[in-house]
Amino acid sequence: MLEPAERSGILRDSLAVGVATGAYGLGFGAVSVASGLSVPQTCVLSLLMFTGASQFALVGVVAAGGSPLSGAATALLLGTRNTLYGLRMAPLLQWRGWRRAGAAHVLIDESTAMSVGRDSTPATRLGFLATGVAVFVLWNLATVAGALAGGAVGDPRTFGLDAAVAAAFLALLWPRLEDRRNVLVGVLAATVALSMVPVSAAGVPVLAAGGVALLVGVLARRPDPTEIPGPDDVAGGHR
Amino acid sequence: MWTAILLAGVGCYLLKLAGLSLPERVLAHPTVERVADLIPVALLAALVAVQAFSDGPTLALDARALGLGFALVALLLRAPFLVVVVGAAAVAALARLA
Repeated sequence: MLEPAERSGILRDSLAVGVATGAYGLGFGAVSVASGLSVPQTCVLSLLMFTGASQFALVGVVAAGGSPLSGAATALLLGTRNTLYGLRMAPLLQWRGWRRAGAAHVLIDESTAMSVGRDSTPATRLGFLATGVAVFVLWNLATVAGALAGGAVGDPRTFGLDAAVAAAFLALLWPRLEDRRNVLVGVLAATVALSMVPVSAAGVPVLAAGGVALLVGVLARRPDPTEIPGPDDVAGGHR
Repeated sequence: MWTAILLAGVGCYLLKLAGLSLPERVLAHPTVERVADLIPVALLAALVAVQAFSDGPTLALDARALGLGFALVALLLRAPFLVVVVGAAAVAALARLA
């Protein structure tokens, strides 16, 4: 069982992450409608796909004139990231059957980061579920609002929403940069991705950067795995 | 368009479920564990770079870079997540007004 103080701390941090993520769910809704998707299509993406980077990738490819199916392929390739999060989380969550099937839907960047460093299974499960559900509810509410307001808002860049998305990715990455090898991997990955931008379809540069992780991981001699971020490293942890 | 949305949506869910369902021993090998730990680092770094410095198929240096710069400073000062994200948006929006 969890101490009440630890429990409320986890819930508070999870809600904070949900609010922050929901804030750019507004951006997704607006961007998606501006890309030519209908309001129902935009909402189904957030409900069913529910992984921000893949959603942005799909509407981004469509907005740039790509076919819907190539947008779907890009989203799927980006979605492989969540498979790796699942590999990390499965032994920590220890869920089976329908619980695992439900947990899979909220397996995203945020729920992984907010649960992976907890020191007990109940704390891990609570961090994962509270963050996943908070983000799911607020992301979907924000998507509806953003999509409906989309026409009125016009260009989402007016409010700097594109910069907010980049900042959120950086904030998620930040705690992992305490390890020197991770800094090297991050810089290499960013360089590879940017060098691929002019010569490949949208979505491919990010995947190519994943190859850096593969290369460094295979070549590295040091046997101990890198530390990955815990609940104190994101969101409320900075207070 | 609906076909693409449903296909990608169901596919993304199955990718998540596969991660939670594959046997634990997949991660038992140290190389697999290292790669699994490094993948999010590489992808997040690439997402930051592409989101901040590209515009379709071209590289771009614009107001987003200022927003990202704010985020960097805020993270160095251990600011809360919300301050980092909203501040970056505000900085970029103000830069575009200027």
